[in-house]
Amino acid sequence: MKTRTFAAFVAPSVVMMLVFIAYPLFAVLVGSFHITQAVFETVEVETCTPGFLTQTCVTETKARPVLGEDGRILQKTSFVGLENYRNVIQPAAAWAAIASADWRGLMNIDFWKALRFTLVFTFVNLPLVIGVGLLLALAVNATVRSIRGPLIFVTLLPFIITPVIGALSIRWLFVGDGILTRGMEAWTGTDIAMFAQGWTIELLMYFYRVWHVAPFAFVIFYAGLQSVNQDAVEAAVIDGATRFQRLWYIVIPHLMPLIVFVALIHLMDCYRVFEEIVGFRAEAHVKSLQYLTYEFLRPDEAGNRQVARASASSMLTMVGIVILLVPLLRRTWRQHRGTR
Amino acid sequence: MSDARALRRPASLNAFIATGLVIWCILAAFPILWVAVMSVKVPLDSFAAKPWDVIRGPATLAQGKGLTFLDILVILGGLVLAGRLAVTLLPRLVRRASPPGWLALGWLVGAAAFGAAFVVAGFVLLPPVLRAVNGALGLSPMIGFTTEHYRAVWVENAFWRNFVNSMQVTLGVTAISLTVGTLAGYALARAGSVLAFWILIIALIFRALPHSVLVTGYLPVFINSAEWLRPVLGDAAPTLYGQPLAVIAVLVAINQPFTIWMLRSFFQNIPAELDEAARVDGCTHFQAFRWVIMPVMWPGVITTGLFSFLLGYNDFLVTSLLLDQSNMTMVPAIAGYFNRETTTTDQVEAVAAAVSITAPLFLLVMVFQRQIVSGLTAGAVKG
Repeated sequence: MKTRTFAAFVAPSVVMMLVFIAYPLFAVLVGSFHITQAVFETVEVETCTPGFLTQTCVTETKARPVLGEDGRILQKTSFVGLENYRNVIQPAAAWAAIASADWRGLMNIDFWKALRFTLVFTFVNLPLVIGVGLLLALAVNATVRSIRGPLIFVTLLPFIITPVIGALSIRWLFVGDGILTRGMEAWTGTDIAMFAQGWTIELLMYFYRVWHVAPFAFVIFYAGLQSVNQDAVEAAVIDGATRFQRLWYIVIPHLMPLIVFVALIHLMDCYRVFEEIVGFRAEAHVKSLQYLTYEFLRPDEAGNRQVARASASSMLTMVGIVILLVPLLRRTWRQHRGTR
Repeated sequence: MSDARALRRPASLNAFIATGLVIWCILAAFPILWVAVMSVKVPLDSFAAKPWDVIRGPATLAQGKGLTFLDILVILGGLVLAGRLAVTLLPRLVRRASPPGWLALGWLVGAAAFGAAFVVAGFVLLPPVLRAVNGALGLSPMIGFTTEHYRAVWVENAFWRNFVNSMQVTLGVTAISLTVGTLAGYALARAGSVLAFWILIIALIFRALPHSVLVTGYLPVFINSAEWLRPVLGDAAPTLYGQPLAVIAVLVAINQPFTIWMLRSFFQNIPAELDEAARVDGCTHFQAFRWVIMPVMWPGVITTGLFSFLLGYNDFLVTSLLLDQSNMTMVPAIAGYFNRETTTTDQVEAVAAAVSITAPLFLLVMVFQRQIVSGLTAGAVKG
């Protein structure tokens, strides 16, 4: 295919990605070093109140926003260096907490709290999702062909459900008067509030995420299981390999590329954990990096959005995922070099 | 054969597998089913302490709202019938009625018509008939059932408007994603150049970006777009913030990396000899694509389209930040219920809204389950 034809085919897609992904990235990078504020001027204002015989006059200096020609408040964007990053990371407070080994103090800073949660969430879920997905695939593959259809249908349900709605429906089972909380209370005889402390919410989040993503891993692994080399399995049986050995030495190596694929997708998706926090309304206890940015971007009561801070926090979020992806990207690069 | 016996699983393992699968099925379906049950009961029953009370709904029954034995039979039968029709009659009709090359559009129209027919038959025609028959037979309700929350959500709170917005955004995203993505995916599959490799790698990195990063970039630009577009478009310059079209563009871009990766691996499975033969016969690349590749690419396109649909339909972050109240789609609109979820009635209405959002997805899996599984087998697995 000639370069010109190739370019014609690819152009719409590449242009969309340049305009709507690359450009905003660049804008956010630039924006994270700047801050846009209203321009203030200090003026001396003399206020007079009418009095008997003489007026009482008070002179005071006031700061007031400068109005532009169109009557709107003038905005000025100025370069502030790393100020926005400092506002998000709060290095002084964080360093003080680290120096005095004060874990709770560090966790009081939103950014560090979000970073801790996002990373733990990503890495604890990774083996769980792959494990559950693999077990499901092996189990479904072992059933009679006729019931596989309904089984796959039920299994896919948690995967396609809207994440916010999925989190909500689990929340409704566990809220104060939800059916499962009532059940657990009746069973243990104690008062249980699943949404009153951080660790129970996190537990539910892990459950939710595995529930939601394992079906995806399942579908991929199930597809892979269909192409396992039966000759190799039979040879292994003749050689007297146990069931577990056959799984470990034939099936798992066959699925390995798929496991890497699922791990890669999972890493990307899990790192931007967000919907659970909205669905569980957990922002008071648990925050993720993406939620942090979302919070900065939401208008406050006065309608202002903290775009500068959001830029800084989203740049930091991005640096995080790039670091996580580097090993995988290097592997792809080496493969590409190898195949050429 | 001797190894057939060795391959056969011992009874204990079979029992283990069966138990595991049963537990998983309950886990997978329970939250969704339970929420659906909750949504058709009066609040007192929805949050009752005993599970059986939630299912039977004594308070709902006491208000005279319930289903008789006959109702349940008819509803179950109707659902089974609808499911049957969806997997047998619908594909046949679609395939026969749609002109060649327009199968995707045919599916779209067919699915919409099927959904509309289902709603009309189930919610408009059936209730009065059943009421009359029940009255004539003198049957009394045995399970509490009320649609009042759905009516409150869809009619009084104008959820249908959010539904229309959702459909607009979702279908826009799916259509544009696929159009742009198939072209790129095809070219990337056929070109082995370094440029193609780098486009794919950069797309992979873009796929990993948290969406909040991108939204941070769009927000200031979109809010002030009327100002910087004025020199180009004059006074008609729109404020992009709140425009469904802007959101569609954003979601298409976000979706593009995944789409081109997926479609690329589909196109790699289509033998290159096919379009080479067409080229030998004097076709240009575009003609080869149009007349040779397009007729055989639909399985891959449908699978990729499903994922685009899910992305557009399920999105919360982008739509909630970039759309204003009047153009809100369904998923962020449900957040509006959080803020006023003070009484239990509000809670059950939120539950009903959630079920309304899930129902179309449920149908989608029912119809396209085979495409999802086989599509992922053919596409992602080899890519």
